[in-house]
Amino acid sequence: MSADLLSVSGLTKRFSRGGKAFAALDGVDFAIAPGETLALVGPSGSGKSTVARCILRLVEPDAGKIRFEGQDLLDLRGAALRSMRARLQMVFQDPLAAFNPRATVARLINDPLRIHDVARRAERPAAIASLLERVGLSPDLATRHVHEISGGQRQRVAIARAIATKPRLIVLDEAVSALDVSVRADVLKLLKALQDEDGLAYLFITHDLGVVRAVADRVAVMDAGRIVEQGAPSQIIGAPSSATARALVAAAPRLLGSETV
Amino acid sequence: MSPCLSLRGLSVRYPGNKTLVTALDSIDLDIAAGERVAIIGESGSGKSTLALAIANLLPGNARVQGTVEWPGLGRKAENGRDIGFVFQDPSASLDPVMRIGDQIAEVARANLGMGWRAAQALAIQLLDRVRLPEPRLAAQAFPHQLSGGQKQRVAIAAAIVGKPRLLIADEATSALDTIVQAEIMALIGRLVTEEGMSLLFISHDIALASQIADRIAVFRHGRLVEVGPARQIVSNPTDPYTWLLLDAHLGIDAHLGIDAHSGVDAHSEIDA
Repeated sequence: MSADLLSVSGLTKRFSRGGKAFAALDGVDFAIAPGETLALVGPSGSGKSTVARCILRLVEPDAGKIRFEGQDLLDLRGAALRSMRARLQMVFQDPLAAFNPRATVARLINDPLRIHDVARRAERPAAIASLLERVGLSPDLATRHVHEISGGQRQRVAIARAIATKPRLIVLDEAVSALDVSVRADVLKLLKALQDEDGLAYLFITHDLGVVRAVADRVAVMDAGRIVEQGAPSQIIGAPSSATARALVAAAPRLLGSETV
Repeated sequence: MSPCLSLRGLSVRYPGNKTLVTALDSIDLDIAAGERVAIIGESGSGKSTLALAIANLLPGNARVQGTVEWPGLGRKAENGRDIGFVFQDPSASLDPVMRIGDQIAEVARANLGMGWRAAQALAIQLLDRVRLPEPRLAAQAFPHQLSGGQKQRVAIAAAIVGKPRLLIADEATSALDTIVQAEIMALIGRLVTEEGMSLLFISHDIALASQIADRIAVFRHGRLVEVGPARQIVSNPTDPYTWLLLDAHLGIDAHLGIDAHSGVDAHSEIDA
């Protein structure tokens, strides 16, 4: 248990919708080991993104515990919270919405280096160049504006920004869903390579079981604010036991001629 | 049999920095009556431009060459009557402050010349046909009261009001989760069959397209790279770019050893 990088227990969050309270999260439990990729899958509205937001402390849960690196994440305040954020990073679906649209690539990557005091001012240009190279981009891109680069390049910049602070866990919320299929495969390979080099753990939020199959060590299936099933991808996809997992497997697009599951 | 729609040498260019930027380059394509054709491509392939050109919805600065003909129609094709269009984002295509029954009824009134009462009765019928529960009550709802999948059902109902010859679905399920996507795919397939419509199914997902299309046309950088029967395109394509798209498809079956096209396993490197 103590070997877990992240452990979530009894996580509960209620929102009010149309004057009525409803539970977005209703007692969620799971854990992620160092270097592990846990995929969190489920239909829209199942609570996947609320889990991510609670872990990132963007939303305060009503009940439950989140432990990260042995610390109670929900108790952290001020400087301790800020220093934790360096080790727990995030990449969202749409980098154009997540970034300042007027910033250059260099400025975007410079921010975490500066805020978390990763590199001195004089060292930062070299640090930015090396981060761009690590995510497979030319350092020449540093002077470009976010809107001048392609969607795939933007998501690589988001990854460079996330790894700038040497995190131990990155929360990826539908991070490859908006990418062209050919670009998506390359970004997934990049994530896998970074994981192998740095021992990063990923919480990979998606509704796409094909992506899960390609990247996940373990899968947790969510529905209506609860984890309804957890297991290895081969088990969840090959022999789903919950109704939700069965529905997700049945709905996954298959190439004509391979519908024999 | 004459085609429902015939494109010849269709090119679309936009004025850019000093030169014209080609969005679509000399496309020849026929769609037969009742046929389901999928247009597959990535960002910038021209697939949406093709849909907009067919529906005559291109922006004013677009330079169009070539022809879009509707043999057997004997007049210009009209949106709402001859062409039904379903877009990716139903929240953007529906009026947020109008009851959904009225939105569908308005299409009937504007395009079919129906009276308001008859148009509203038709709207309720159509909401039932797209399987919205309690269609009479649903007609009174506003878009924000519906889920994404339900909104897309409403958009589909509005698109088929005029019993169009051609239904264009442009990434109509891309914003939906996979379970709802499968439901909407089944709905589109059923309606196209029941109404005898032709379908132009535009998608970035070649697997999804293969499930609904008779033929698949692969687009890249504004050109039609390859077109053929769906089964042939997914199992034995001739163009390397089509192979690349098939490679990049992340199937859930790959590791179970039943992937249809073996020898192309994009995930093996990722998983290794």
